[in-house]
Amino acid sequence: MNAIEVVNVTKVYRRYARRKQFATLKSALLKGSLIQDLQPEETFPALQGVSFNVAAGRTCGVIGRNGSGKSTALKLVAGITKPTTGTVKVAGRISALIELGAGFHPEISGRENVFINGIMLGLTKREVARRFDEIVEFAEMQDFIDAPVKTYSSGMYMRLGFAVAIHVDPDVLLVDEVLAVGDEGFTHKCLDKFGEFKRRGKTILLVTHALSLVERFCDEALWLDSGKVRGAGDPKRVIGAYLIDVERSEERELARAEARAHDQMAKEDGVRGAGPRGPAAAGSGEQDPAYAPAAAGSGEQDPAYAPAAAGSGEQDPAYAPDGGVRLQPDRATEAAVEDMTQAVEGRWGSREIEITGVTLKGESGEAAHIFQSGERVSIHLGVRAHEPNNDFVFGIGLYSADGVTCYGTNTHLEDYRSDEIRGDGEVVLHIDSLDLVDGTYKLDVAVHKRDGYPYDYHRLLYTFRVKSRTKETGIYRPRHSWTFSPTVKLKKV
Amino acid sequence: MLENLRHLSRYRGLIQSLVARELKARYRGSVLGFFWSFFNPLLLLTVYTFVFAYVMPPAQLSEIPNFALFLFCGLLPWTWFQASLVESSNILISGGNLIKKVMFPAEILPIVTVLANLVHFLLGLPILVAFLIYFDAPLQVSELVWFPVVVLVQLLLSVSLALILSALTVHFRDIKDILANVMTLWFFATPIIYYWKFAPPRIRPFLNLNPFTHLAISYQQILYFPGGFEHWKWLLALGAGSFLLFLFAYFLFDRLRDTFAEEV
Repeated sequence: MNAIEVVNVTKVYRRYARRKQFATLKSALLKGSLIQDLQPEETFPALQGVSFNVAAGRTCGVIGRNGSGKSTALKLVAGITKPTTGTVKVAGRISALIELGAGFHPEISGRENVFINGIMLGLTKREVARRFDEIVEFAEMQDFIDAPVKTYSSGMYMRLGFAVAIHVDPDVLLVDEVLAVGDEGFTHKCLDKFGEFKRRGKTILLVTHALSLVERFCDEALWLDSGKVRGAGDPKRVIGAYLIDVERSEERELARAEARAHDQMAKEDGVRGAGPRGPAAAGSGEQDPAYAPAAAGSGEQDPAYAPAAAGSGEQDPAYAPDGGVRLQPDRATEAAVEDMTQAVEGRWGSREIEITGVTLKGESGEAAHIFQSGERVSIHLGVRAHEPNNDFVFGIGLYSADGVTCYGTNTHLEDYRSDEIRGDGEVVLHIDSLDLVDGTYKLDVAVHKRDGYPYDYHRLLYTFRVKSRTKETGIYRPRHSWTFSPTVKLKKV
Repeated sequence: MLENLRHLSRYRGLIQSLVARELKARYRGSVLGFFWSFFNPLLLLTVYTFVFAYVMPPAQLSEIPNFALFLFCGLLPWTWFQASLVESSNILISGGNLIKKVMFPAEILPIVTVLANLVHFLLGLPILVAFLIYFDAPLQVSELVWFPVVVLVQLLLSVSLALILSALTVHFRDIKDILANVMTLWFFATPIIYYWKFAPPRIRPFLNLNPFTHLAISYQQILYFPGGFEHWKWLLALGAGSFLLFLFAYFLFDRLRDTFAEEV
């Protein structure tokens, strides 16, 4: 038997774009538009043709991105809103944990609120009285139950709300992202309570972003995407499909961000193209992040190459020998260590040698922005020398999102001596195993003279993401394994 | 609609506890607590008696001896009526949390507001009784049996208007601002501070169109004026009218119900 039956449900929300926010009666009467104002002129489908069933006694997790219609679906099942078309059938008493403590009156005591809230949720007064002690104990509120609710902390408020809702003893429990209510202990208690519900054959519909909870806890999962069902069934399978989709859209987003960065660069190139290339353009403007010995000490905003100012300004994102790509290790020590959080993204340099493109490739050989931890990755730099040149160093720096240098190297440090570069070419850094923990990382790439004079410096312009099934902390994820002596017993779950 | 109306009876317990909560919460933290239910109408009465019996006494004051008692007969029910409408016009918005987050029959909120104010009205009755005894009012049992009927008609009328106002205010937020002024006008358009018989004949028909006129006259005839309760035909007509209004109000409320969760 199905406890929840949702058949071909569409929910259209009204949007009142023309009216500023609310109509006024005065204007409605003056314009004679009373009836018209009650009609929406724009609609927004939150759910479109959604159908799903949850059999009695099953636990179903609803997942999906923000704005996918999860909460709307839950509200429809709860009966708070009505579907525009389609039918929703629920068998048995419902308790909806959508907003905890909704309907608590701040002025009266917790005790009275428990009673009223219980009655609101469908209990009789006697039923509440019978469960009262249990509710208070569950909420851990014994000492405060007679104080007015307005004196409660938000945690106490939520705990009490949760305790009442869960003790309504519903046949169908609807939960909307409310587990982040209390401390660890309380969360465990809530999960235990859910477990108890499951054992007693109650039906649970759970809306959450905590995928691990769905995987561990639910018999089935429902994946909503832009108001439509994208997947339903076995939680592992649905979550897997969902994660792949999320990854794809993240990939798209990073690609878009990079495209924007390229556009920006193209624009700057356009500006540059107007003037003569190289040192002669030095004084052309503060916005021009060009090599500018003359402007060296002139301004902190000028991200120019400035040997004289090398150690002078921390905010100068020029080639001040920084902790990132160590162009000249001997000088780096005497230089001020640049604060990465203040580092400015951008590109500068004289462009005698140019980095024309940066591509990251994963194991598949395809350009990508998301990699698995431990994946084989290569960083491809397209380079172009406008004149044959024999003094050049290629460097690469990796930064975590919070600005910590994860790794920096260049060809000079690794004892490659430059002989000649001519025309177009490609420089590839192969990383056999990208041993970083889960997170977002940024990339610096540069080509410069041995003494640090920058030809083309790309600062934090490239972003990639590392995914890992395990969520360790730190930056570096060494290849590792655990072993235990026979007296220490652990089981891999 | 009829089904929803039928369900309404299931929520008796909820309505009961919400009314109790409303009353408890209102005077929580005030020194006099529940006594405000007595003092409020008394203070109001003092003000009006002072103004209309001493500062600017109407010409017909001799026709209505014990002016304070006359005033009180109309003022007490009016306070109930006015507070019900003003409070319920905003009730769906202030109770938005309930409508949006809990499966909750929204019509309970205006109904609870009217009922909570009914309780205040009933709590004010002992003062009225004290007045009646003090002024040695000409009470008759045959008249007094009509008293609950008047209260019932007023209840029906108040609930109907409260339903309409609360539902419309969700969509037209300025109703509650307009309403404050409308209620002042309505008060003076009702024979509460003046004797209806002395109203100029020209405006009598308009006075008769005002439903609260008939309630006020009923209260006054039952409690204040000697002689029988002659206004019963009007009262029953008003009762029938209020019932039709209630059906309309509930229909309107029911039609707009689904928009509440999205609009408040």
